[in-house]
Amino acid sequence: MSATSKVPLKDGMEGFVSDWASDQRAFKGVPWGKAMMWIFLLSDTFIFSIFLISYMTARWSTVEPWPNTSEVFALTVNGVSVPLLLIAIMTFILITSSGTMAMAVRSGYQKKRKQAAALLYLTAILGLSFVGMQAFEWSKLIEEGIRPWENPFGARQFGSIFFMVTGFHGFHVSVGVIFLFITARKVLRGDYDTGRRGFFTWQKGRYEIIETMGLYWHFVDLVWVFIFAFFYLW
Amino acid sequence: MSESIIPESELEEVELYHPKSWWTEKVFSQDAKLIAIQYGLTAFAIGFVALVLSWFMRIQIAFPEMAIISEGTYYQFITMHGMIMVVYLLTALFLGAFGNYLIPLMVGARDMVFPYLNMVSYWTYLVAVLVLFVSFFTPGGPTGAGWTLYPPQAILGGTPGQETGIVLMLVSLCIFIVGFTMGGLNYVITVLQARTRGMTLMRMPLTVWGIFTATVLALFAFPALFVSAVMMLFDKLLMTSFFMPALVEFGENLSYGGGSPILFQHLFWFFGHPEVYIVALPAFGIVSDLISIHARKNIFGFRMMVWAIVGIGALSFIVWAHHMYVSGMNPYFGFFFATTTLIIAVPTALKVYNWILTLWKGNIHLTIPMLFCLGFIVTFLNGGLTGLFLGNVIVDVPLSDTYFVVAHFHMVMGIAPVLVILGAIYHWYPLITGKMLHDGMGRFHFWITFVGSYLIYFPMHYLGFIGVPRRYYEMGQTEALYTSSAADLNVFITIAALAVGFAQLVFIYNVFWSAKNGKVAEKNPWKSTSLEWQTPEQPPIHGNFGKELPVVYRWAYDYSVPGAEDDFIPQDVPNEKVKLAEGYTELGVEKT
Repeated sequence: MSATSKVPLKDGMEGFVSDWASDQRAFKGVPWGKAMMWIFLLSDTFIFSIFLISYMTARWSTVEPWPNTSEVFALTVNGVSVPLLLIAIMTFILITSSGTMAMAVRSGYQKKRKQAAALLYLTAILGLSFVGMQAFEWSKLIEEGIRPWENPFGARQFGSIFFMVTGFHGFHVSVGVIFLFITARKVLRGDYDTGRRGFFTWQKGRYEIIETMGLYWHFVDLVWVFIFAFFYLW
Repeated sequence: MSESIIPESELEEVELYHPKSWWTEKVFSQDAKLIAIQYGLTAFAIGFVALVLSWFMRIQIAFPEMAIISEGTYYQFITMHGMIMVVYLLTALFLGAFGNYLIPLMVGARDMVFPYLNMVSYWTYLVAVLVLFVSFFTPGGPTGAGWTLYPPQAILGGTPGQETGIVLMLVSLCIFIVGFTMGGLNYVITVLQARTRGMTLMRMPLTVWGIFTATVLALFAFPALFVSAVMMLFDKLLMTSFFMPALVEFGENLSYGGGSPILFQHLFWFFGHPEVYIVALPAFGIVSDLISIHARKNIFGFRMMVWAIVGIGALSFIVWAHHMYVSGMNPYFGFFFATTTLIIAVPTALKVYNWILTLWKGNIHLTIPMLFCLGFIVTFLNGGLTGLFLGNVIVDVPLSDTYFVVAHFHMVMGIAPVLVILGAIYHWYPLITGKMLHDGMGRFHFWITFVGSYLIYFPMHYLGFIGVPRRYYEMGQTEALYTSSAADLNVFITIAALAVGFAQLVFIYNVFWSAKNGKVAEKNPWKSTSLEWQTPEQPPIHGNFGKELPVVYRWAYDYSVPGAEDDFIPQDVPNEKVKLAEGYTELGVEKT
């Protein structure tokens, strides 16, 4: 479980082979939670890839025209229609939150308790505002008559896939926000210094948990970049 | 002789969760061994339901004039039988039960790495099973869409269970996948990150290799099923059109349009084919270990066996469309997938050769586990060869959707893995309960099961050759397709099926009877080398090993080593502590 390895590590291909041929651990110095998160994210990558592949297939197989995304996703500001304005802001916020998350990981490893907690809270709030803007976008589209089962602007699969995939991504962000708030509270309370045990798992937490949390958060951001490219720019 | 090197410990000693009440000790347990038993009992309970369904189906096919069940019920039973057996029994049993019990013990860990998550995994699985089971009692009953759940028919009127059955099936699958993911992450990380000192990946028994690789496959294949289940749920509940083209039903235009039913088939089989190997790879691993132990000989070509498991696992992701030769997809696709399908036969055949070469000149003990292993090799070989027929497009087209297909997949992923499961239970029952299973009942069970299942499935190949279609409720008066001899053969098959079913009741009785009245097992009754038998207590207690975790000095296959007095050397015994046979100065070195 410990983050440091007592065995000197080799570089390059030689290191790769010696790690996998060694006993006890294949990933030297990697805590269990972090390794688990990587494998989970690989599995989750399959889920999102299949969502996106299904989206492409639907877009090719449907007979009705696909709606013009720069019109559907435009916001009208002062009477001027600005394409992709809201999405640009949402994307900016989410990418920024990745930055604050990375800073939180660094503060965590430096054992700067309050700084790490503040950055985690900031990340959570940015994530929350992303979800809020997504709710706004959804309600705007619903007002215009787009539903999972119908779409006045063209192919009905547009509505179905859009709500399903952004909904699934939004669910990921929401879960992340909840866990960010929980982690932030634990950091602030000093659980990782005092070795206080988790309510459910009865295990002691460590500052490494912030990095594990960060992996998840960066993954959710990365998925958003793909969704952004495939849904809004295509 | 040089001193054995003991590697330094990299891992801190884990803090185990010690239950404080009866509930957290016996029910909501975080001990992988108890979770394994919970998984196993639940899987067997729901699997027994599926077994009973098959009896009704067989009686209907053999004696259609009795009309023991209605047409709709027949389809519902087919669907539930298939889905329960593949997902809720075999997957849960191999990974949830055997994985949980054996991985920590065999790699020398105190428990799974995330015991709490492991516990939640089981309870989520139980919810999935209950949701599926509840569909028997809903209006309209469970879904009758066939276990492949192909849209559009799965969610349209006319298919039994389209009211609620299909919804509960899809929801249950989603819950199962969530629960499995929690368990699967545990198995993978325990193997990769929590082995004991000296336990390199290449010293792990093949059982662990099989379960580990199958878990990795499952973590990457189940997402496809998850996504397609979600999309079909939306098609059903929100009237989206992911898989639904424009349709006319009973003269009425439905509000669907523009979706692709073929997309579902691709997604389903992208899950479905790795699923075959999720079931097969643990069976391969377990059978390799059992053969080696009961033939008192090291496994032939251990490294080859490991790489074959890994290779089969990787290849299993690029063969899925051989289930879809008649779906109307591009013929060039068929060419590609037939090629990959035949390539996957190479590592698979290699494994069969290695099992036989392990038996060659071995000191074969015809114990019950060994009998089941021999039965497995034969049935698996049979099912594998018919797989070559079905993997070729031209041969597959006329055989598609006949009893030949039924015979093929029941041989290769029904009977073969089940024989391994049964053999594994006879093998590890003494470890789990401390008692031996009754030998006489066991031998009776084996012979009826093995010979009986051959009598069930072998004639089905002939039925398939003459073109008897599968999934038909009754064949009617079609003398051209369904001759009276085929009808007689079906009666014969049904009698064999009921006999095999009866033998399983004897097995269940044996399991419960022996737990109380069985002979007390001696320590390490099969004289096995792997770590699960080297625990201080048998059955192992919470924490598995004593104060110190064992240190591993050798692979798991040191049987009949020349120079050693015993015919096995456990993995945690260093060379200098091996008792030498008379006339030897060193292992393998005779006095001159």
